[in-house]
Amino acid sequence: MSTALGTRRRRLGESAARPDGVPKVRGEFAFSSDLFSEGMLWGHIVRSPHPAAAIRGIDVSEALRIPGVRAVLTSDDVPGRKTYGLDYPDQPVFAWDVVRYMGEPVAAVAAVHPETARRAAAAIIVDYAPTEPLTDPVAAADAEPIHPLGNVLHRQRVRTGDPDAAGTVVVEGRYETGMQDQAQMGPESGLAIPAEDGGVDLYIATQWLHIDQEQMAACLALPLEKVRLHLAGVGGSFGAREDLSMQVQICLLALRTGRPVKMVYSREESFLGHVHRHPAVMWYRHHADAGGRLVKVEARIILDGGAYLSTSTAVTMNAACMAPGPYRVPNAVVEAVAVRTNNPPCGAMRGFGAVQVCFAYEAQMDKLAAALGLDPVELRLRNALKPGDSLITGQVLRGTAPVAEVIRTCVAAPLPAGVPMTTAELELPGGAGRTADRDRVRRGVGFAVGIKNLLYGGGFDDYSSARCRLEDGVATITCAAVEVGQGFVTLAQQIARDVLGGVDVVLAPPGTTDIGSAGSTSASRQTWMSGGAVQAACLAVRDRLLKSVSSRHGVPQETLDIVDGRVVSLDGQVDIPISEAARGDVLEETVDFHHAPTAELDVDGQGDAFVSFAFAAHRAVVDVDLDLGLVRVLEIATSQDVGRVLNPVQLVGQLEGGIAQGVGLAVMEEIVLDHGRVRNPSFTDYVIPTALDMPPVHIAALIEEPEPGSPMGAKGAGEPPMVSSTAAVVAAIRAATGLELPRAPVRPQDIALAGSGPGPVAGSGPITQEVSP
Amino acid sequence: MTVFVPACLEEAFDAFDKCPDAQLLAGGTDFMVEVNFALRRPPAVVCLRKVEELKGWRLEHAEVVLGAGITYAELMGPQLSDLLPGLAQASRTVGSPQIRNAGTLGGNLGTASPAGDSLPVLAALDARIVVASKKGRRSLGLDELIIGPKRTTLGPGEVIVEVRVPAALGSQEFLKVGTRNAMVIAVANVALVVDWAGQSVRCALGSVGPVVIRARDAEEFISSRIDWARRTLTDEGDVAEFTALVRSAARPIDDHRSTADYRRHAVGVCAQRALGRVLADHNGGTWEQTSWAS
Ligand SMILES: Cc1cc2nc3c(=O)[nH]c(=O)nc-3n(C[C@H](O)[C@H](O)[C@H](O)COP(=O)(O)OP(=O)(O)OC[C@H]3O[C@@H](n4cnc5c(N)ncnc54)[C@H](O)[C@@H]3O)c2cc1C
Repeated sequence: MSTALGTRRRRLGESAARPDGVPKVRGEFAFSSDLFSEGMLWGHIVRSPHPAAAIRGIDVSEALRIPGVRAVLTSDDVPGRKTYGLDYPDQPVFAWDVVRYMGEPVAAVAAVHPETARRAAAAIIVDYAPTEPLTDPVAAADAEPIHPLGNVLHRQRVRTGDPDAAGTVVVEGRYETGMQDQAQMGPESGLAIPAEDGGVDLYIATQWLHIDQEQMAACLALPLEKVRLHLAGVGGSFGAREDLSMQVQICLLALRTGRPVKMVYSREESFLGHVHRHPAVMWYRHHADAGGRLVKVEARIILDGGAYLSTSTAVTMNAACMAPGPYRVPNAVVEAVAVRTNNPPCGAMRGFGAVQVCFAYEAQMDKLAAALGLDPVELRLRNALKPGDSLITGQVLRGTAPVAEVIRTCVAAPLPAGVPMTTAELELPGGAGRTADRDRVRRGVGFAVGIKNLLYGGGFDDYSSARCRLEDGVATITCAAVEVGQGFVTLAQQIARDVLGGVDVVLAPPGTTDIGSAGSTSASRQTWMSGGAVQAACLAVRDRLLKSVSSRHGVPQETLDIVDGRVVSLDGQVDIPISEAARGDVLEETVDFHHAPTAELDVDGQGDAFVSFAFAAHRAVVDVDLDLGLVRVLEIATSQDVGRVLNPVQLVGQLEGGIAQGVGLAVMEEIVLDHGRVRNPSFTDYVIPTALDMPPVHIAALIEEPEPGSPMGAKGAGEPPMVSSTAAVVAAIRAATGLELPRAPVRPQDIALAGSGPGPVAGSGPITQEVSP
Repeated sequence: MTVFVPACLEEAFDAFDKCPDAQLLAGGTDFMVEVNFALRRPPAVVCLRKVEELKGWRLEHAEVVLGAGITYAELMGPQLSDLLPGLAQASRTVGSPQIRNAGTLGGNLGTASPAGDSLPVLAALDARIVVASKKGRRSLGLDELIIGPKRTTLGPGEVIVEVRVPAALGSQEFLKVGTRNAMVIAVANVALVVDWAGQSVRCALGSVGPVVIRARDAEEFISSRIDWARRTLTDEGDVAEFTALVRSAARPIDDHRSTADYRRHAVGVCAQRALGRVLADHNGGTWEQTSWAS
């Protein structure tokens, strides 16, 4: 244990160990699904089996007769607003009159046992009149509206320069990405406890406590202070917990029954009960001059938002603004539209609109390079954004933008060796199935670069609150920032120790009762925002402490420092433990940290809408079984623009995790829909990479150019690994097969049944030969 | 709910006397998934883990007798992988180490999934499956036991006791296509057995029909084209015909895991590669040198 304690004391820049790491590995960490309260009931939500239907009636009498059932609720029982939503409340707590997607909540039950609750749920008779679901996103905008607010959720145009500008070389394509799921391991779960004051305490795994509280209070018709949220152990989220799941329903059940109510989604329910990544259909046309400089990018992007709005507005904005990628483009005509369909609602997922367009713009860059007869890496370098350049939104890059550096360092990484004849069969495409025939395996190398905006923007005044309380030499940090696994708990301690000279740090449990909002754990923002808030609160406490020592001891404050838990002066006159320095005073400071303001985009999509950007490059090496279309990703090399490394191990975790999800989207992960019905809501059929599918990640370079405006110089690192890794893997498969493969995920049949393609292209080679991209 | 933990078959049969609608539980790797999905709500359970007669395996003359309770991990053991290389290979492709430690051959038969990985091997080996109840014993071929997706001819209270297969029969191959490199349900799987002494090739296809399919036309054709003395094919063009016959034997469907066209294609490729490997092995060469491009 001594090493763990040792690493736990580490400061910024070092690999401090997670405070929750050992308990998690030992299975001792309490996740939200482990919650328990004496006398609690179990809740269960009744969901629509139809993607589209009218509700003619709901008969709950049978369910109520089942012994052990304590409450059955429908839309009529929602005392406040009957809808909720992050941007606009268009999503019903319980559907009434009509259901718009498979899995939409219709009723909820509380009973003494989970099985009783399930049986009662099955006994509720909902009289549905199924209607023809609207499932084609391309047709949705012009189709009969399926919601009073219409089928266009958001339309974002971005226009700059001369719309008629033309290049000498033009390439175009139509690209598609499928519906990816966050597939977080911890299912949605929570425990609601009714309180004496008529309010409710909810212990819940979420991403943003205060936004949940706001939405819930409106639906529950309670004042904010009577809806108290406490963070329960979160088993991953990746965007899946940004929207409300059971929050309102479980609290209604608790308030109705006067008993604590627990709810845990089954895996199937989890797949049906949270939003997914928007599938996209994207038409692109790139114009370049003979020298390979981009002249114009035209893009039309349709995002399937599913039945309700969720975060479609911001996803659409990201997709439109990032449409050309990390390149200088003087002229652009871009339109992104999120549409409403009877498919499952789509919203936040790691990469948030930037992933889909990266898949398309990077395929276009490869096509353009081929048309120009240029090396694809060279083409990217010629167009790479650099500080001082403008995006197509007119925003000038005032921060760091080491695009060329991430490209150069990533391609410079040595390629993995060719597969020798002695390679274990397990390591060939097809893996454990032993299907590969070595003569029919081709290697391909693909490359992609991506851009991701960091933090909230578009004029939203985003902030995070944190408190530092120094008492008896121990700093207690209170912040509502949600730990979803990203490591904020580690970082907050590192920051406090850094500012307060190695002081002992305790983190108060996050909730809505003691502190203001910390904003969402999303948009790669918590290190910057809540890290910034913690740092500022600690600095304020440090300042007060040193000020009082300075006046008491008559030494200038600038000569004082805190080292290893002691306040010391440069001249050695002062050397006292922190606990004594405060002389029994409790020093407490609360700070709201805001980032630089942003602006809304105008009708042409122009404006300084974003705070900052991060860039990453990925090079994928794949082996493909040409006949069976099975793919083995051998290695991903990456370079990322990170601003500053605050915790190396945690950073690597973000890179590897994001790449795993990127590889998943490239070759296997997709929610399969059949007329709006989810066909694979399980880990049997929604497959994610296993250890045998996840390649080693070679980190070629971490570019550390401190970002101005970021409190510690760091850029958020969670999303960029996801943005371009999918594009790189598919580019590598294209190189190996010579096929166009305009759709991710690439399915075995897309390769095996593609007929005779044009033959392997540059970047591919026989399995034993090394090639460069 | 009543749970019976019999130590022998007689006790298991007695349990059915007490609770005729009791359900059999072996490793639980299919059973418990169905319970969790509320697809199965057993009124009573008969646990088979401790039943002596279902454990382990033995050699009887030229036959291996596998207890229905044998796990995939056991099937992958050194002796059994020599005696039944095809079944050992199929076992290696099943789930994860945890599943292979718990899941049993009897459970794979009981579930009767069209994608069950042991089933094509059993079909290609012409396995006999012995089932028993209080009323007595019967011995069935795979096609007599499994008659549809998840449908067996097991009567009430009937237990799969053992599986009888020939020991170390010729050459055996098993290939499985899935959408990831491990831990995946077969999109298509193929078992191929070449009985050198009996001069016959047997080829069984999984996940491409309601039950495992023996590609009889393909088997007959290729058996007639092998030069059994030299253990080679006289005409390499015959491979294409063999592959075509395998493909036409398949009766696949489109579903969320794959398409009918791909499945048909995949069993062809796998059967062809299996044949290539088997023949290459017996020419003392490596299969890299003799595999055919398709
Ligand atoms: C994560 C995971 C991965 C999997 N991967 C694969 C895979 O790759 N390939 C594959 O083929 N399967 C796979 N399976 C399915 C399962 O593991 C196998 O079918 C296994 O062989 C079932 O055996 P069991 O002992 O667990 O059966 P159980 O689950 O205990 O029982 C299965 C069925 O058989 C019946 N049964 C069991 N024993 C007998 C008997 N002796 N007589 C009569 N009926 C009996 C039971 O009543 C039940 O209906 C997987 C399952 C999981 C959960």
